[in-house]
This record gives sequence, structure tokens and C-alpha cells, in this order.
Amino acid sequence: MPDTIKRAPISQQPFKVEKPLDLNAIGGMISIQINEKKVSVPLGTTILEACRDNHIHIPTLCHHPDLCIAGVCRVCVVEVDGMRTLQASCSFPITASIKIKTSSELVRKARRNIIDLLLSEHHGECYACVKNKNCELQTLSKEYGVDNMRFGHVKEPVYEVDFSSTSLVRDMNKCVLCRRCIRTCIDLQEVGVLEAINRGDKTQISTFYDKPLQDVICINCGQCLNRCPTGALYSNDPSDEIWRAIDDPQKHVVIQTAPSPRAAIGEEFGYAPGHSFTPELNTALKRIGFDRVFDTNFTADLTILEEGTELLTRLKKAIVDKDTTVKLPQFTSCSPGWIKFIEHFYPEHLDYLSTAKSPQQMFGAIIKTFYAQEQGIDPKDIVSVSLMPCSAKKFECNRPEMDASGFRDVDYGLTTRELAKMIREAGIFLPELPKSGFDEPFGEASGAGLIFGATGGVMEAALRTVYELVTGREVPFENLRIEACRGFEGIKEASVKLENVLPAYSFLEGVNFKFMVAHGTANAKQVMELLREGKLSDVHFVEIMACPGGCLGGGGQPIPTSEEIRKQRAKAIYAEEEGLPIRKSHENPHVKYIYEKFIPEGPCSELSHKLLHTHYKKRGRYII
Amino acid sequence: MLVYEKNSLSEEIELLIERFGKDRVALLPILQIIEKRHNYISEFAQQEVARLLDIHPVEVYSVVSFYNFLHRYPQGKNIVRLCKTISCDMAGKQEIEKALKRELGINFDETTRDKKWTLEYTSCLGMCDQGPAMLVNDKIYTKLDPETAVKILNDTK
Repeated sequence: MPDTIKRAPISQQPFKVEKPLDLNAIGGMISIQINEKKVSVPLGTTILEACRDNHIHIPTLCHHPDLCIAGVCRVCVVEVDGMRTLQASCSFPITASIKIKTSSELVRKARRNIIDLLLSEHHGECYACVKNKNCELQTLSKEYGVDNMRFGHVKEPVYEVDFSSTSLVRDMNKCVLCRRCIRTCIDLQEVGVLEAINRGDKTQISTFYDKPLQDVICINCGQCLNRCPTGALYSNDPSDEIWRAIDDPQKHVVIQTAPSPRAAIGEEFGYAPGHSFTPELNTALKRIGFDRVFDTNFTADLTILEEGTELLTRLKKAIVDKDTTVKLPQFTSCSPGWIKFIEHFYPEHLDYLSTAKSPQQMFGAIIKTFYAQEQGIDPKDIVSVSLMPCSAKKFECNRPEMDASGFRDVDYGLTTRELAKMIREAGIFLPELPKSGFDEPFGEASGAGLIFGATGGVMEAALRTVYELVTGREVPFENLRIEACRGFEGIKEASVKLENVLPAYSFLEGVNFKFMVAHGTANAKQVMELLREGKLSDVHFVEIMACPGGCLGGGGQPIPTSEEIRKQRAKAIYAEEEGLPIRKSHENPHVKYIYEKFIPEGPCSELSHKLLHTHYKKRGRYII
Repeated sequence: MLVYEKNSLSEEIELLIERFGKDRVALLPILQIIEKRHNYISEFAQQEVARLLDIHPVEVYSVVSFYNFLHRYPQGKNIVRLCKTISCDMAGKQEIEKALKRELGINFDETTRDKKWTLEYTSCLGMCDQGPAMLVNDKIYTKLDPETAVKILNDTK
């Protein structure tokens, strides 16, 4: 949970009591009474936690497991004996033996009133809303039997919907001021786009000077979309254009699918998190009408080779040539949210980034050049779609410099949620489909590409390749599992000693190869501060993903999200990975083939720089 | 905003940061001084304060929009705030309202063209027994009638 101490003065922080270290000590456990049931809970547990542990349901709206406590929506009120007013259970730590009633007449009526009041300011046009049937406000009103609009209803939209951003849409007509987006943006991601402005009944959620989203410093990570309980924030949906391209017989529509959506799309069809539906998804995409279904993991392998070669080149320059202008550590550049973050907040450190494009953009460039050549298709007739867990990918594919092939490398970025919608529109129930593989010529990808989806995955994949390139041996870990890269700690750090290296890399003999993995831009900020203070001089490689948990927690993934759900998705990805025949990027035969046929000079050559590498823009923090 | 104006504003804010410390609790005093000197807190000033205090511009904007005595847009040199609460209303606020509007030639929440006067409503000034009341800059005037209100404006000029 993010630390709010920095942001709010103590007087404004929710009242919190630390749980005692020793629960058996006197006063460690407190017996309370919830609805005639006597239970004993650790000191400092909130009423909400106590009730949930004892299977007593309390509705919530502004509460989210990833975010700090706000206590603003009041939906979770309960009656506490001896208290004059109802108390918000999410922000009430238990410090004394109390009696709680969670469903008395007073509580029921108050909750209904609160929900009615929330609805009175909400432009509820449920059939035409992206969040229909996945809306927490809708669920709450069903739960509390809302049958009339007692306090009125917003019939016509009041605010203009902000469609300015390529990734996000902000519709303040549906906002119920729960402030989850604020806590996500400021506390969880530390980007700071949204905040509440004005006061009292004039309160609104707004950007700086109410500017459109494309003008403020938004990194398009989409974490706010994942946490918005209503349809006030959602991603910019290109599915109509994609349907049009599919229906056009002239167009050759190809789709590349990233690893994370495959591990999560089952959730859109009622499955519990942690089921991977890769083969079924391939069939579904072909049935929808995509002409070719490719695997982004293939270019993830390509990314590893390009990025790995770049790293080795930098290391050589730094160690052998003693070149002091070489920037180390090298930072990964796969996450478009992170790229925009560093462009805005640390423009002076852009040289540390790898120049390799993200797998999505590499694939786009390959499809409209190599693939078009080989298949004899005019690249202008190819429509290249990418299925991504990410809303920032929409921004990335619209970047002006991403046209190495002479066309838009990737035409549309599609998120998991939007694809699930398209699959439903096509009348398909995904989990029951027959299985099928990816299409040639990029039909096979390695497991190393697959684990890109989880935080630490890029690092793990890179290590497998770089270590083997340098020493000629496999990484010294059981079953290629580099545990130091896995897990959900904010910043992970580890090292591998390079010994008995191949003669070509003799300059790396005895080097302690140190790497770092961070996920979520709040952690990225900490890493960048370390870099600024010069404390990263002994680190060689840093992986950063803009979203908590890596791509599998991305802004285009199914809603809801929580750490537990993200862990399950990671489990699904790692399990699928272990079953693959090829698990190292450099062993992927198609990658070898593409270097032989298309880029004969190998990674980081002139042609590869033209197609597979990019440059960054110093954006800075100033909002015009 | 012109470049040299921006530079002098940056310098001014840097001095204020030196005085109040580089901490987010210094935000309000800094904003108050900028408001006092410039009659409003410009977009650029808000971003500078945010940059120097290492917080987000939108947080500064949020604070500025929360308080009625901090302004986001340029205000007149003098600000007239007429109490809008019920006891002043019953004591004859409407008359004062009309007189002020007529004298300055603007509506409430507007600023005169010469940037001298801004007219605003305010919540209770605590002068309910002496209504109607108004606040001109930081001086309070009570038991107003249209003539005295206009006279006060002329005297303040």
C-alpha cells in the first residue's frame, strides 16, 4: 500500500493504528461483537477487515485494496455502539471492545440514502456505458434495491467528454467523486494528473486548469481506468475501425497478441484469474476474421537480442575503450508508459534508455516490411492490430516517429477488454473454442518472450540470453528459473558473477553483473532518484515497467485488479512458460531466420537501427 | 506571459521557498504571498511552486481552487466582497448590490476593465447584527446603505 505520509499532513490522514507485532501479548487481540457474533481480532484491524474475515458482507465503493484509505463515499457505514453517528467501517480501526451492527434499520436506510445521493449526480445511461454489467455503482444499486431516483437523476450530460487523449477517455458526467483515480495517479503511480478541485457541492475531479488529457503530463498507463468504479474513465476504443478493416476484403488484417491479455482474458468470460487461454484465443481471433494471428513474443525475442547486444556494446565501450560518455546502467524501453514518464520527469536521463523499440513496434515494422515482402502483399493494404494489456500502447503506436516501414507500423492498439467485447460481439464464448496455434512465418516464440508479461520477465529473458552469449553456458539456475527476478516487491536487486567467459567477451571476466527490476512508476521514481545521486554506478541493467505487477497489471486488462489477481495472472504466465519447448530468445528459429534473411548484419546493425530502434523526445514537466 | 516576467516570478518563488522551506506545508503561506503581490496566482506560478516544492502542479491547483481568497485568474487591485447570507439579505443587501453594480459598471464575479475593482459575494462575515456588511480588501464595513457604500468605493480609490 502506498505511503501517504508524504502527501497529507497528519491531521488529514485516516486514523490508523499499527497492528501489534506480538498478537499473544496482552491487548494484542480484541474481542468484538459483530451482529451477535463474538469474534476476536488483532488490535488496529479496521471494522471492514474484521467483517470480511468473518464473512460478513459490507458494501464498499471508494475502498480499493491497492490504494490508501479514503473513507469518502460512506457506503460502508455501520452502527457502532456508543457512537452518536454511523461510522465508515473502512477507516475505523478497532482499539476497544465494541459492538457493531452491520445491517440494522439505521444502517440499511443510510446506505440506501447514500447510494441514492450518489446516483443523483451520476449520468446513468447504463446501456450505452462501457462499464455496463461491470460497474460497481450499478452493482451497489442492485444490491440495495434502488427502484426510484429519489434525489433526482442527471438526464442530460453536463460536462463535455474529453476525447483528446489517444489512450484515455474522461467522462466526468459519470464521476461519483470516490477519488480512486486521484489516489491511483498521485499515490500509486506518482504521476499526478488528477486532483479534486473546488469545494463542497462544486467539487470536481480535474486536471491542471481543466486542460484536456493530451496536454497534461499523463503517461497513459491507464491504472485509473482499472480502478474507476463507474464508467467515468475508459480507454479509447478502436474496435469500430478494426471491424471496418476486417469487413473490407481489400485489407489484410493481422493481429499480434501480447502474453498478458492471454493470461487474463478468461476473466472477461467469467473465469477466475490464473487461466491462460492462448490456443482458444487464436481460434477466436481467426473466427472474428483476422487474416493472420501472430505472437508478440516473437518480437520480444527480437527485443532481447537487440537490447542484449546493445548492452554488451555499451559494456565493451565502457570497460575496454574506457569511454566515459557511455551511459550505464542501461534501462529497458519496452513499457510505453515508462518511456513517457522518463521523457516528462527525467528528460536529462534519456540516454540511459535502450534505443530498442518495444516488441509491439518491432513487430509492426517487421510486418509491413519483411512479412509484406515475403508474402507479396502491398504494405498499404495491411492493417496491423496489436492486442495489448496496455492503454499506453495506443499512444505509442500513434507516435509520429513510429513509421519506419513507410506506413504506420501499428495501426491500432487494442486492449484486452476491447477484444473481449469484440469476441462477444462475434457471438463467441471463448473458453469453449477448439485450440489452435499461431500463424507462420512467426509461429513460434520462446518462453523468454512470454514472461515479458510479468515484472522481472524482461530481465529474466535478457539474462538467459546475455549469460549464454557471454559464457557459452546456460544461466546457473534450476530449470532456468531466475527467482531473483520474480515476485512483486517494488524494487528487486540481484547479481550474477560472470566467470570462464568466451574469448570474445574476455573483458567481462569476473564482472559481477548487477541488475535491478522495478514496477510501477512510483518505484521507477525511486530508482531514478538513486541514479541522480550516482548510486547506480555499479548496476548494469535496469528493467522498469510502468504498471504495478508489469504488463499483466496493465491499464487495458480486465477489471477489477488487485495484488492477488495479478499474482494469479503471473502464475498462469510462468506455468505456460515452463511447458514451452524453446525457452531462450536466441534459440528461436524464426529470429535466427529473420536475421539470416532480412537483417544479415545482425542485431544493432544499420538496418536494424532503422527498423527496430527509435529515439526519444525530451518532453519536460512544463504544462503549456 | 513574457520570458522576463516568468524569470522574475521564478526568482521570487525561489526566495519564498528559501524563506518558508522546501516542504509541502509551506505551500499555503507561499501562495498567500504570491496572491497578495500579484492579485492572482498564475498558471506559471502554480507550476513553479509545484516544481520547487516537488509536488504535482494539479495539487497546487487543487489548493488554489479550494480557497476563496486565492485566485486562479487575474483580479482587480481592490476586491469588494459583499456578504450574501440571510441576515444581511434581510437587512437590505439587495440595495447595496445594485449600488455597487451601478457604480462599478460590472456584475458580481467580474473585474473592471482597468483592473481596479473586482466584485464578489462572500459567506457570512460574522456581522449579522450590523448588516448589511461588506469587505473591501481586508477592511470590513457594516450597517451600509447605498450612499455610504458608494462613498467607501470612492474613498478607497
